[in-house]
Amino acid sequence: MAIFVFAESHNGQYKKAALEAVSYAKSVADLAGDTVTALAFNVTDSSDVLYQQGATKVVKVDNATLNNFDASAYAKAISELVSGADTVILPSTNDSSSVAPLLALKLNASLVTNVEKAPSSVSPFTVERKAFSGKGIETVAVEGAKVVTVLQNAYGVKNNAVSGSEESASVSVSDADVKVKVESVEQASSGKLDLKEAEIVVSAGRGLKGPENWGMIEELADVLGAATASSKPVADIGWRPHAEHVGQTGKAIAPNLYIAVGISGAIQHLAGVNGSKTIVVINNDPEAPFFKAADYGIVGDAFEVVPKLTAEIKKLKGLA
Amino acid sequence: MKILVCISSVPDTTAKINFTADGKEFDKNGVQFVINPHDEFSLTRAVELQEKQGATVTILTVGDANVEPVMRKALAIGANDGIRVDADARDDFFVASQIAKVAKDGGYDIVLTGKESIDYNGGAVPGLVAGLLDYGFVNGCIGLDVDGSVAKVVREIDGGKEKASVNLPAVIAGQKGLVDETALRIPNMRGIMQARTKQITVVAAEQTETKIAVVGYEKPASRGNVTLVDKDNVAELVRLLHEEAKAI
Repeated sequence: MAIFVFAESHNGQYKKAALEAVSYAKSVADLAGDTVTALAFNVTDSSDVLYQQGATKVVKVDNATLNNFDASAYAKAISELVSGADTVILPSTNDSSSVAPLLALKLNASLVTNVEKAPSSVSPFTVERKAFSGKGIETVAVEGAKVVTVLQNAYGVKNNAVSGSEESASVSVSDADVKVKVESVEQASSGKLDLKEAEIVVSAGRGLKGPENWGMIEELADVLGAATASSKPVADIGWRPHAEHVGQTGKAIAPNLYIAVGISGAIQHLAGVNGSKTIVVINNDPEAPFFKAADYGIVGDAFEVVPKLTAEIKKLKGLA
Repeated sequence: MKILVCISSVPDTTAKINFTADGKEFDKNGVQFVINPHDEFSLTRAVELQEKQGATVTILTVGDANVEPVMRKALAIGANDGIRVDADARDDFFVASQIAKVAKDGGYDIVLTGKESIDYNGGAVPGLVAGLLDYGFVNGCIGLDVDGSVAKVVREIDGGKEKASVNLPAVIAGQKGLVDETALRIPNMRGIMQARTKQITVVAAEQTETKIAVVGYEKPASRGNVTLVDKDNVAELVRLLHEEAKAI
């Protein structure tokens, strides 16, 4: 019985989180001496990208009901494709996080959410997961059937290319199975990098003094191919959209590089970004608590430092 | 309309997180406990529905008597009464089973929770409750209106928002945005006085299995000291990020 993984997609294309989940599934399969079977709903992308991550089989389902997300319908569909499975992996995205608990109950399986690393063993399934908003690491052990969700940007997209094949399957899901009926979807302007997927994030806060000053932040983000984020106060007063707020009651992100400009580093903010691999802090105040949580820092006026940083990065990338 | 609001008692955000010597448990010594921040948005929305549409709001917490001060705060914010399931809030499945039983026995129309608790970051309980009860489940809810037996919801999705409707009874996991930050209720003197005499019913826990064994806790490795770069030498920062951190 394979290790199953739900390869979440959006508008027919695999999400980055799906590729990470398949990579993760491959690490579990390697430990278990098993193979990976990926499940895809209404996908137009080629399966090659999943074989690249280690899936030997991609099971494709085309179903009209599944065109709109509904946690109950998705859980039912997945359960029909994985019956008897020991391990089902999903990404920890908004959608799949809603599916995972419902799926676990259908399969009479345990649910382990927000894992950050490959398991240290599969019998019992022993794995580290995030706890205390990043101030702690919890190691749990689970016997028997399990559903596991993988934190975005925690495991990464690896290259474990195998030769794989596709097959089609159908599920008995219809509109009668939908409990939450979608009426409309409002997507942020396309082309904008998703904050939870971004490898680099440039973030700014009250130190910028006003919404009109964000141009230099957006320029720095552009040059780095980064997403933009903000602290809570500037989202609350409307300088930046709420979707950019990272922190305890905002989004939790874990990019490779987090650059914080004019943000003091309150604990609530750190709770949202402490998963970042490298943190750079630019702040005029040498006492700003953020410097204690940073890898690199510059004490200085953001309005002078940020443009210089953008110019130096352009040089590095040969764009100057 | 009967609303059940699940309140988690969690360590205050600024609490120093330590674990017992054997690393098996969170060390509660000296820690201040508060209402889980995400739950506050759900609680305020419930109180708004109580004021505007005559809903009754019952808060529910799984925990020993030590959680009652936090429950009183929730009552002070405006809930009508509370139920405490007398048990250690062990794993997610255990807690969800307790909530599901209370929700079903009490015939609640809406089970409101926060999307996750800031201590164990499981985010699993709301969905497990929905699954156990076979109720509709809306996670990451940033908008909730109730029209008869239908809830009109707004859900935060990756890169945007989704408007949807779900038949009651349903489980709704709220977060910031469910009400505006400025609309969050805080207990006033009158609320605190009234909370003292509001009823908290203590019930025994359902015997269910716990599905996950905790092996232990540890603190993550510290980042070490920050490497400060002079503001007039920004090129050095870029070099470090490129060569040392390999981040750009």
